[in-house]
Amino acid sequence: MALLEVKNLDVIFKLRTGDVKAIDNVSFTLEKGERLGIVGESGAGKSVTAFAILNLISKPGKITNGQVLFEGRDLASLDDEQIRDIRGNQISMIFQDPMMTLNPVLTIGNQMVECLQAHRNISKEKAKEIAIEKLKAVQIPSAETRLDQYPHELSGGMRQRVVIAIALLSDPAIIIADEPTTALDVTIQAEILELLLNLCKEFHVGLILITHDLGVVSQVTEKIMVMYAGAVIEQGPTEQIIHQPIHPYTQGLINALPQQTIPGQRLNQIKGVMPSLQDIPQGCAFHPRCEYRQEVCSQQRPTLTQYAERLSACHFSQQFLDK
Amino acid sequence: MNQTDNNLVAIENLFKEFVISGSFLDEITFEKGKLIRKRETVKAVNGVNMNIAQGEALCVVGESGCGKTTIGRLVMGLLQPTRGSIHYAGQRIDDLSRDQLIPYRRKMQMIFQNPYASLNPRKTVNYTLSEPVAYHFPELNKSERAEKVAEVMESVGISPKWGDRFPHEFSGGQRQRISIARALTVDPEFIVADEPISALDVSIQAQVLNLLMDAQEQRKLTYLFITHDLSVVEHFGTRVAVMYLGTLCEFGETKKVFSQPKHPYTKALLSAIPKIRTTESKHIKLNGEVPTPINLPSGCVFHGRCPHATDICKQQIPELDSSDSTHRVACHAIAEGRI
Ligand SMILES: Nc1ncnc2c1ncn2[C@@H]1O[C@H](COP(=O)(O)OP(=O)(O)OP(=O)(O)O)[C@@H](O)[C@H]1O
Ligand SMILES: Nc1ncnc2c1ncn2[C@@H]1O[C@H](COP(=O)(O)OP(=O)(O)OP(=O)(O)O)[C@@H](O)[C@H]1O
Ligand SMILES: [Mg+2]
Ligand SMILES: [Mg+2]
Repeated sequence: MALLEVKNLDVIFKLRTGDVKAIDNVSFTLEKGERLGIVGESGAGKSVTAFAILNLISKPGKITNGQVLFEGRDLASLDDEQIRDIRGNQISMIFQDPMMTLNPVLTIGNQMVECLQAHRNISKEKAKEIAIEKLKAVQIPSAETRLDQYPHELSGGMRQRVVIAIALLSDPAIIIADEPTTALDVTIQAEILELLLNLCKEFHVGLILITHDLGVVSQVTEKIMVMYAGAVIEQGPTEQIIHQPIHPYTQGLINALPQQTIPGQRLNQIKGVMPSLQDIPQGCAFHPRCEYRQEVCSQQRPTLTQYAERLSACHFSQQFLDK
Repeated sequence: MNQTDNNLVAIENLFKEFVISGSFLDEITFEKGKLIRKRETVKAVNGVNMNIAQGEALCVVGESGCGKTTIGRLVMGLLQPTRGSIHYAGQRIDDLSRDQLIPYRRKMQMIFQNPYASLNPRKTVNYTLSEPVAYHFPELNKSERAEKVAEVMESVGISPKWGDRFPHEFSGGQRQRISIARALTVDPEFIVADEPISALDVSIQAQVLNLLMDAQEQRKLTYLFITHDLSVVEHFGTRVAVMYLGTLCEFGETKKVFSQPKHPYTKALLSAIPKIRTTESKHIKLNGEVPTPINLPSGCVFHGRCPHATDICKQQIPELDSSDSTHRVACHAIAEGRI
């Protein structure tokens, strides 16, 4: 049994202008200690997927179909009390903006102690001890004195480290990181990623890393799930997806990177933009932007099909694979 | 800096400090029986020398807070330098009055980082684009003005039919293209682009970068391009200026800087680019944290994080060497042949 299994998940937002299916039949698994990357353009449904796992979808949104099985239990069926025992405890979340997690009026120490005492029955002294241990694990220098500092007294990189330390407090089985380094500089980004990677390896923690930076996922994760307009369009081992993507959208994302063209030449842009979820085209959602499209693409929606270790939703994936 | 006729912009010994201690009363403290006035300042730019050649795309890179935006705003005349000078086409511009600056307001344009904040949400695209044209080209009549705006909209891939729409009706990439169109409508010669693509998706980033390169070719534009994304610099920049804490540590032709980075900071920066299709990462780790520009370190601002720092680095500010004008570096260890 996988540690986490998401099965046929649908999320619908009920808006004034009609229903929007933000997540369409998404399935994936995460084994103990495994690292998964979710990539896709803005609005593809990456964050909604993460929120749905933690049962954090609130009105006007709703999980309308599917299951989120954590150690075999369906999280969607748990009551508030039960889900709180899992959220922030067995499954931790790191957001793009560290200030989503950090309370500006509390010292780092107080926040960490509060967090620990919410889930465990321990003394303040013991909690402080654990807090210092976790700050050291994320390589924060002079951890003891940091406990008395406020978030605004730390640099962006330090703050994100503190957020990771908080995510580690409960020794979670899974960390979900939603664009954890997008707000940071390259040098600090590289440090934070290396840190996450090492922590996951050392403590055997599962990781779901959400980003639109393919360079980042390719360095940290073992498998990748690519989303487009709410649906999974390609999924498989990172190596294979980066080296031989078999969906034209994944190919487009990789080819658009400046690294993929000779300096000074025009970049390979994917033409057009992702459709709004309210008018997803007939057939394959990507076909208006696809350079390989045939008649079938505008008529028939390709199903997510298995190709060896991979899944892809394109009528022509087999051809790309044979190339 | 090598002052050639080819220079469009010349920045000399530029300094900018921001006072952050607040009002006069906040600056007064009572210490050891005496009233003392303390001003706290952020030293955002500290003695920068830089020239921008006609027709080039000069990229400025560096970590958050190193002073990139401040330099852009100083060049545009949106901020007054604390010291130093800025020349545009041979004419000193940093000490001009508002009226004297008007002709430069047309020739020099800025594209701002955030496409969501830089467009007025209550104005239609048509209004946003035609207002600067009306101001800078009063001789044009209404239909000539509309024609000019339509032409620029076409060139950035926004249909002129959408002119009556408001910014919120566009995607991030489209909004950024509208900001670019706004900069282009007044026929500028020089554009400061402050992180024009950082807020966008990879696929949209490629669109906008292509657009900027096309515009450069068609209109013979000169760019000062501010970014912290090095893979973009390698692609786009003719020359690159690497900044750390308000000073230049390396400055040269992009090809040279990327193939043979000299400064320890540049080396670390380049090694940190997440590359796809390479498995091992050879990322060079730096010691310590970025110091704040409030308490600027003595000597070389980088010494606290540098693996090669010695006493001289802590005492004396290194200058950009002048042995090779196409690739310059400010580092004692290199000057002394230690690295
Ligand atoms: N509270 C909400 N109400 C209505 N629609 C929503 C809501 N939250 C998300 N959506 C819609 O769901 C879709 C997926 O959004 P999501 O935040 O998951 O995108 P994302 O892939 O994380 O994008 P980004 O890279 O910009 O973070 C979007 O079209 C968004 O407009
Ligand atoms: N108006 C201001 N008042 C006070 N301090 C300022 C002001 N503008 C900038 N600063 C400070 O000056 C320094 C340089 O800021 P600047 O915005 O130029 O950095 P940057 O290199 O553009 O960073 P980023 O990559 O985050 O945009 C920072 O420490 C910043 O806090
Ligand atoms: Mg998101
Ligand atoms: Mg800036």
